[in-house]
Amino acid sequence: MEEQRGNFREVAWVDRVMDQGYLCMPTQTQTSSYFEHDADIGIIGRGDTLEQAFETAAQAVFGIVTPLDKVQPQTSVKIEFEESDHELALVTWLNLLLGKARELGMVFSRFHVQRRENLWSTEALGEKWREVMERGVEVKGATLTMLSVKQTGAMWEVRCIVDV
Amino acid sequence: MNLEQLRQLQPYLWTLPRTPGEERAEVLLYGGAPLLVSMDDKVLEQIANVASLPGLVGAAMTMPDAHWGYGFPIGGVAAFDAEQGGVISAGGVGFDISCGIRCLRSNLNLEDAVEHFPELGNALFHAIPAGVGEEGEIKLNPEQLDQVMHGGAHWAVQEGYGTPADLDYIEERGRVAGAVPDNVSELAKKRQRGEMGTLGSGNHYLEVQVVDRIFDPAAALAFGLHEGQILISIHCGSRGLGHQIGTDYLVLLAKAASRIGIHLPDRELACAPIKSPEGQQYMGAMNAAINCALANRQILTHLTRSVFTEIYPQAALETLFDVSHNTCKAETHQVDGESRLLYVHRKGATRAFGPGHPMLPERYRQVGQPVVIGGSMGTGSYILVGDSENPAFASSSHGAGRAMSRHRALARWKGRALLDELAQQGILIHTRSMRGVAEEAPGAYKDVDLVAEATEEAGLARRVAFLRPKVCVKG
Repeated sequence: MEEQRGNFREVAWVDRVMDQGYLCMPTQTQTSSYFEHDADIGIIGRGDTLEQAFETAAQAVFGIVTPLDKVQPQTSVKIEFEESDHELALVTWLNLLLGKARELGMVFSRFHVQRRENLWSTEALGEKWREVMERGVEVKGATLTMLSVKQTGAMWEVRCIVDV
Repeated sequence: MNLEQLRQLQPYLWTLPRTPGEERAEVLLYGGAPLLVSMDDKVLEQIANVASLPGLVGAAMTMPDAHWGYGFPIGGVAAFDAEQGGVISAGGVGFDISCGIRCLRSNLNLEDAVEHFPELGNALFHAIPAGVGEEGEIKLNPEQLDQVMHGGAHWAVQEGYGTPADLDYIEERGRVAGAVPDNVSELAKKRQRGEMGTLGSGNHYLEVQVVDRIFDPAAALAFGLHEGQILISIHCGSRGLGHQIGTDYLVLLAKAASRIGIHLPDRELACAPIKSPEGQQYMGAMNAAINCALANRQILTHLTRSVFTEIYPQAALETLFDVSHNTCKAETHQVDGESRLLYVHRKGATRAFGPGHPMLPERYRQVGQPVVIGGSMGTGSYILVGDSENPAFASSSHGAGRAMSRHRALARWKGRALLDELAQQGILIHTRSMRGVAEEAPGAYKDVDLVAEATEEAGLARRVAFLRPKVCVKG
């Protein structure tokens, strides 16, 4: 397993109802969580920095796909893009991750984001699907609905609806 | 939804009155009070936003199964006129472009088939790649994928997946014009490489059903349906290609709208004038995805036939109809006595042409188009027929519609227990995702009977048959 790098913080799943399926709930020190939506799923990422909030938002997305603690971060995929609008950057990044995951037949569990003005340099770590991995639900894409990137005090919070 | 904010125009038709100074077109909501009460207020907010888009013709409408979506509500219908600055919206089509249902009728009856249902379920589960992370055996090179995007179901039939007779019973005869593969990103094409002939996840399914009740014997006769007959419904879409096109154009159209000066109350309504370069670009890509979806369901039809003939050597499966419910299509409609070319967005809504429509196959032309309302895996589905008096640009409901969020469903039901409960009711579910099963619990959906009844009472389509699920491969 590769060492953790950057300012990555792993989501701690405390309530994991196996039932061969699972229900994931974050802890009090949560960095990612979900909000209600009728047809799809609302994801939230929080962090001390904007970049960290992006990272945890990605964890929320891939946590829908499979329990992340079972995914080995053995392969690294780097993604760079330019975007000046923080909200569009969030959606762009999540969708690039989803696209790459599907293209490569992978699932990602760890994420690093760095930003220099409008240039976003990111890394996702994960592995190819294995038969033993639990199957959650496919995320088709991150939408612009209820999309927000906000800083409240020292905390950044990002959110949007993802289509499943 | 609080009905006090609405005005009832007819027993199954409501409107949202404009507030003073509010500039938008009319909003019409089809459905009975119990269905509307169960809808989230966000449905109203979203359809009112749609009614503010430029070039809208008539009203922005919701079908009886509507629920809160992204941008457009699911179950939203809106028609735009390109000559009046009308727009095309990626959010009005959705990520799963041309998601729809292929319905197959068989020559099998329940009593002939039931004994082998466990074997059938296992065989279908192994033959049909379903669920997140699953790939199909068909791997396409870039040239072949371009052929899919141009050829749709025709490409699939030419490659040996199914028969030419299938094509007559697919919307647009299995292929839409105007596909431009060059407008599709490389990432979208790469995402599709291993996904032809896959079911996907979420609410997608392949279901073996029995005709439980006939409502309209004449239409049932035309559709070749009788009580006790086995049917198969395949619900899926354009897979990774469509998802990526939706993704790519969402941001592109949002920026185009901003540049052109279109005020978007919700960025997800990302749109551009149909005649603009961005609008045309999206149209070409969207049509490529529609053809991809039609090819995908054609391949799944072929795989399904192979399994059935393995288990039941006497089985013959014919395509009853294939209809999409996430599209924008150029259609001619009568508006105030005038024939106009409109771009009809149906997001979670099914096209429902009435009798005599020239685009219907000969067999159904006298009676109208088959319309499928797919229900949950525990309740049932309906086949309806299009009505010539349809007031909603020939649109109808597409499913039961969610009544509860996935999050709440996940907290309330457990996948394994649900499977056992359904098995006791004689419904065999095959899935790789217990989470998916819990999220898709029958109790998380609206009452499909109410939706079908409201669809008929609102004059959108008439009920022909009710189908009960027997075996389900869940994505």
